[in-house]
Amino acid sequence: MTAYLIRRLIHSVFVLIGVSLLVFFVGRMIGDPARLMLPLEASEAQVEALRARLGFDQPIYIQLFKFLGDLARGDFGMSIWQGVPAMSLVISRFPATVYLTLAVVGFSLLVALPMGIVAAVWPRSAIDRLTTVISVTGVSMPTFWLALMLIIVFAVNLNWFKTSGYGGVEYLILPVLALSVTHIGRIAQVVRSCMLDELSKPYITTARSKGLQENETVVRHALRNAAIPVITLTADEVAGLINGAVVIEVIFAWPGIGMLALDAIERRDFPVVQADVMLVAAVVVIMNLVVDLAYAYVDPRIRYA
Amino acid sequence: MATGGASVVVSTAAPATAREERGSLETALRALRRDWLTMAATFFLMTVVFCAIFADQLVQIGLIRDPNTQSLALRNKAPGFMPDGTFRIFGTDQLGRDLLSRLVFGARVSLSVGISTVLVSGLIGVVLGLLAGYFRGRVDDIIMRIVDVQMGFPNLLLALAVLYAAGPSFKNLILVLALTRWMVMARLTRAMTLSLRETPFVEAAKVLGAGHPRIMFLHLLPNLLSPILVLGTLEFARAMLSEAALSFLGLGIQPPESSWGLILSQGRAYIASAWWLVMIPGLAILLSTLSANLLATWVRAITDPVQRWRWL
Repeated sequence: MTAYLIRRLIHSVFVLIGVSLLVFFVGRMIGDPARLMLPLEASEAQVEALRARLGFDQPIYIQLFKFLGDLARGDFGMSIWQGVPAMSLVISRFPATVYLTLAVVGFSLLVALPMGIVAAVWPRSAIDRLTTVISVTGVSMPTFWLALMLIIVFAVNLNWFKTSGYGGVEYLILPVLALSVTHIGRIAQVVRSCMLDELSKPYITTARSKGLQENETVVRHALRNAAIPVITLTADEVAGLINGAVVIEVIFAWPGIGMLALDAIERRDFPVVQADVMLVAAVVVIMNLVVDLAYAYVDPRIRYA
Repeated sequence: MATGGASVVVSTAAPATAREERGSLETALRALRRDWLTMAATFFLMTVVFCAIFADQLVQIGLIRDPNTQSLALRNKAPGFMPDGTFRIFGTDQLGRDLLSRLVFGARVSLSVGISTVLVSGLIGVVLGLLAGYFRGRVDDIIMRIVDVQMGFPNLLLALAVLYAAGPSFKNLILVLALTRWMVMARLTRAMTLSLRETPFVEAAKVLGAGHPRIMFLHLLPNLLSPILVLGTLEFARAMLSEAALSFLGLGIQPPESSWGLILSQGRAYIASAWWLVMIPGLAILLSTLSANLLATWVRAITDPVQRWRWL
């Protein structure tokens, strides 16, 4: 277990270094960063001055060492637009994104788990067909369009919820609904197919033949064994939401890191974009690590291997 | 990172002979006739593609109006009869242009972005996946590490940053979308190549003196085509959704070019007064991606021997 943990940690560090290299080269290759950070009408002298101040006039490998050294010390530079450290700006917006993500994943699991289980226990039933319909529609749905439709119906016409903003349940419901459809569909589909697999295995027959209640067989035996793919997928969905909710955050004026990133891109605030990307990458890497540890917890075969 | 909804079943069946191929095509068509939903999806996609290709001709023969003709008198008119007595099934937009015509011409861009993205990401992903799965060892390690890194990378942010710096354009959009999705193709191809390279027919080809490129592209690749096709269709739908989202944020297709996502985004300002400007382009996107996904599900079921019986 310890050796496994250490191997996974090394792998995670490797991925993080890879991501920072990618950030560095994308940042340098797509154009002169000094020019990108300044408004279009800036003079050549102003560009030169900024270039010298931020060290962009030095050879690329020196810039790279400086960049990695700064990262290692947790220095992501200052936000050009707000004049505060870029990372603390990103971290201050992070809770809003986490709040939305947890609400979406929680709601999706709440709907998708029972739906997938019922669909697997009664194949070809109405619930089973509904699960298939929802999952295909979910992955085909343009989320931002669904969000606008929900706003038209529930906020503009019925006036039940707020059109946009950050706060309690009345602000949360529409973005959660808009984002959940895709996730409910995907999770329910995986729960269904994994449960179908498990329910046809011999140990389920054993459990049934020794007179175990059907509920207990399904929940305590089959569901536990179907858990691994479901955990992987859920982690994937969380990661996808943390980096992918930009459009929804913009539509609902939800002050998370996605909206911050778009603002920063529009204001040419490159340090903030860098910090944003690095934070999201770190969260994804940590989550993958936690998922692997969760496997070991759920499946003893991995723990003792 | 969300990695495509459905998993693609790996088929390791021996290569089919030409005769069996024709037989399975016939069964496939027979199964299609019984499945009205997939039929409808196919029909819808074919109609959209047809309209996109022959959009100019449709205008010439007068079936649809010119998409660029503006009319101050007909701004934001709801679907139905216009004040000038004409009938417009999808109404008009904020400049009095015919929404149906704009959608038909927008389909060109939306479909081309989807198809081009899949071709580019498929080319990168399939070649790298074949290399990784066939040679294993060091090559595999390097390629799969790159995949891991990119899987950990916030792709939408990457796309936004690159598009902003490099300037949004049709070409950049396709490159960015392809660069953020090639890993999925690479993973699938590698996984299938790993199992397929151990089969006797590969050994036979080796014994007969076939070189590595020949084995990879003439022996392995043809047997991987159907899962790649299924994933490609799913990815096509995904690319269309991404294009719409990026255009919606103003970093995708730029006016005077137009795509469904851009039409939707331009209509957003009138969301309270002109619902059709948002609703109809969105429905066009939804129905197209839905059709592509249904078609992919069907092809997967048909090419998978384990599932096929359900459809026949």
